[in-house]
Amino acid sequence: MRFLRQTLAIAAKDLRSEIRGKEAVNAAFSFALVILLLFSFAFDPTAAESRRYGPGLLWIAFLFAGSLMLNPSFAREQSNDTLDALRMAPISPFAILSAKMLANFIFMSLVELVLVPVFGVLYNVSLSGVAGRLILVLVLGTIGLTVTGTVFSAISSHARMRELLLPLLLLPILTPLLIAAVEATASLLVDQPELDRTWVALLAGFDILFLTASWLLCDYLIEE
Amino acid sequence: MKGRIATTIVVGALIFFAGYAALFLAPDEKTMHVIQRIFYFHVPSWIAMFIAFSIVFIANIAYLATRKSNWDCLGVSAAEVGVVCCTIGLATGPLWARPVWGIWWTWDARLTTTFILWLLYISYLLLRGLLDDPEKKATLSAVFGIFAFLDVPLVYVSNRLWRTQHPQPVILGGNGSGLDPTMGKVLLLCVIAVIGVMIIVLFDRYRLERLRHEFEELRLEVETRDLTPASILGKEST
Repeated sequence: MRFLRQTLAIAAKDLRSEIRGKEAVNAAFSFALVILLLFSFAFDPTAAESRRYGPGLLWIAFLFAGSLMLNPSFAREQSNDTLDALRMAPISPFAILSAKMLANFIFMSLVELVLVPVFGVLYNVSLSGVAGRLILVLVLGTIGLTVTGTVFSAISSHARMRELLLPLLLLPILTPLLIAAVEATASLLVDQPELDRTWVALLAGFDILFLTASWLLCDYLIEE
Repeated sequence: MKGRIATTIVVGALIFFAGYAALFLAPDEKTMHVIQRIFYFHVPSWIAMFIAFSIVFIANIAYLATRKSNWDCLGVSAAEVGVVCCTIGLATGPLWARPVWGIWWTWDARLTTTFILWLLYISYLLLRGLLDDPEKKATLSAVFGIFAFLDVPLVYVSNRLWRTQHPQPVILGGNGSGLDPTMGKVLLLCVIAVIGVMIIVLFDRYRLERLRHEFEELRLEVETRDLTPASILGKEST
């Protein structure tokens, strides 16, 4: 209970500062939109083609936008040494980390909430029939992205050239997630949509594995 | 020192003999002929890579558990050696694949996994280069190393489910698989020789990293001392 209260309090703080600044979400959204636009020039976005490439470019856009947006998560605590303040407070390190994960998950979900319909419109893909199952895939994929992304944001925030380093650390790790999310999404965009359970299981496995790992290792991430 | 020279000579002779055995003693393969001989260095370099990356993983965990800088030095040394072995494997693979499969590269499970493995450990080395504080460097790169190693089975499974062209494992690959006994012996010799080379390089790299670490510590110690002429003169006058 205490843990939950601490997590929610820190996540609320992050959300508040994001609502006031609107930097990360706006930047991530515009960036993902630019990628969707660029892909429409790189591939012919007719309906049949876009069903084949669509899931891939949608997830590439999310992954790139995510690796851009997750950067300030810990970096913004550094300018005023506020991470030290959080650390000094009687809060468990995993509460700090999971609060950041929760806040990033909400940011990323907001971006996806707008971007998925935009994708459907621009690439002429009908999503209404599979909305529920698509949300399941999006949620599982976004959990994986934000869990690993938040941990690596904590790592890269101490390094030089951190804006460049985070995508470099994050994107190779996310390949299984990308494959599973793209295949699961693709199974929903065909004529007879049926959710592929294997890929959903792999997504869930990815989330559980890295959430457990970050729970075990968070003491080392948040320490002085 | 004497022991090191002796082991280097032994391993050097071993790798020389392994090369000879792979080229002249092993029988010709039925369909692939002479091309197949690259196998005697391709497979051992994978095995050496796997050992090296496992050492990185163990060293990372051991560092976080004990906070002894030796483990950190071992981790970075093994990562570098592993990346070299991985590069050898990635370079010899296409050379073999081109005449046999007709293509340089295929996006098969094992190939893709190794490619990603290679990228992950290059990121690990890059991350270390970009972290300045030695303590932070050791801790955070250890966390990243553990995450990277945990990712490998997932990468493999996801690619396996997705597409695959690489041959089924020839050794321990079930019924109908297996090597000619001479081929098996030559392969064993090559594996031992390559692992020997890997261990010697790893050992040397580890010693170098220890020296570097010691040097950094001494440098920090000197920097924290006040060595301005005024302070030295001031001390003399009192």
